[in-house]
Amino acid sequence: MTERCKMDPYLVGSKSCFFWKKGKVEIVDDAEVQNRRNMMFTIREYVKVSSLEEAYELNQKKTNVIFGGGVWLRLGKKHIQTAIDLSALGLDGITEDADAFSIGCMTTLHTLEIHEGIHAYTKGAVRESLRHIVGVQMRNCATVGGSIFGRFGFSDILCCLMGLDCDVELYRGGRVALTDFTRMKKDTDILVRVILKKSPVETVYLSQRNTATDFPVVSCAVSKDMQGYRAVVGARPCMPVEVRDTEGILCSKAITEKQIHAFGAWAAAQLAFADNTRASGAYRRHIAEVLIKRGLRQLTGGNDGCGFGCI
Amino acid sequence: MRIRLHLNGKEITAEVPADMMLLDFVRAQGCYSVKRGCETSNCGLCTVWMDEKPVLSCSVLAARADGHRVVTLEGCQKEAEAFGAYLADQGAEQCGYCSPGFIMNVLAMEKELENPTDEEIREYLAGNLCRCSGYEGQLRAIRAYLDARKREA
Repeated sequence: MTERCKMDPYLVGSKSCFFWKKGKVEIVDDAEVQNRRNMMFTIREYVKVSSLEEAYELNQKKTNVIFGGGVWLRLGKKHIQTAIDLSALGLDGITEDADAFSIGCMTTLHTLEIHEGIHAYTKGAVRESLRHIVGVQMRNCATVGGSIFGRFGFSDILCCLMGLDCDVELYRGGRVALTDFTRMKKDTDILVRVILKKSPVETVYLSQRNTATDFPVVSCAVSKDMQGYRAVVGARPCMPVEVRDTEGILCSKAITEKQIHAFGAWAAAQLAFADNTRASGAYRRHIAEVLIKRGLRQLTGGNDGCGFGCI
Repeated sequence: MRIRLHLNGKEITAEVPADMMLLDFVRAQGCYSVKRGCETSNCGLCTVWMDEKPVLSCSVLAARADGHRVVTLEGCQKEAEAFGAYLADQGAEQCGYCSPGFIMNVLAMEKELENPTDEEIREYLAGNLCRCSGYEGQLRAIRAYLDARKREA
């Protein structure tokens, strides 16, 4: 009985229900079952703002929230007083100039995925990071701003953009490097745009999933820029972090298979991994090493090592 | 709050709660083709078009649809019937519960992709789950349908 309860916390009996709470079975009546099921996300008020200032002021209240696509929020249990909608501010597009692509926070993941300029510039890395996420319909709902501001560990696009050269533009905080932004405490500022700079950086994005369209078990962006090689690893399951080749393992003109192996093993050992329902930390570390090596092979123009035994 | 939108070509003004989902709204308007399959933004059964783009109506607030054009299967009967015949020909329909959302996404794919390969079709439709079939019948139906459309053009 206890095992079944553990599997299904809402195992409904005829008159009562068993809950599994802190290792103990709890028996509650039907009214309480309903009560607990009602603990889902609610919104009192919905405001389509006409300026960022208005949005910022509203967002200072703890119970108010900037509403991006809402795909993640709706799965939670937050009781929102005011949902702040930025969709009337024209922040749902991508513009390009000589130095950068500017991605508005309300741009959907699918718009970013099919943007030809970004696809060509990142040699497919951005599209690769997005195309495995659930389905086209979901990617037409979820926004870039929501995905980046949330700083979710599972975010493919956050990991990929960290592997490129990006800044975020905050309404009050101004321009901040994306990597610095991931280390900042979540505050009540507003993410207005993501700026993808046209720097000389080459990036390969790879991820591993237990099943197609699921969250990644490990996400990985391997890059080469002016300072050398680096790997960004996410879904550890926490936020993506960067490991730069500070040991100079890849400091030579032609990269050999031996160097690739050495860097993969070294980089994976620098990172912290943890268990969750999708995978253990040990498994993640193993997969991260494999993905880093595959990414390096693709970057250096070699075989990407997808065949068996070639990890 | 008050919203105004075009639903299947008809202009509607309605008073809705701030946290009402588009799915519940269109069903309240009589569009019963739109189904709730998973409630976790995964299954694609609730697919409708908002400004021609396929979206998950279970994940979009009705408030967000304010000022937009929403189309459900009820609003594109002719196209749906045309493709539905191909699905039936291939025996791809079993319980039929996932078909409305699936058809909406196939029709959206037809507009978005030009001459898609099988791989591209699979990828575009990965967000539509079907628990009866193994998707092979659907893929055959899509191929036959797209080939026929190309011949007509």
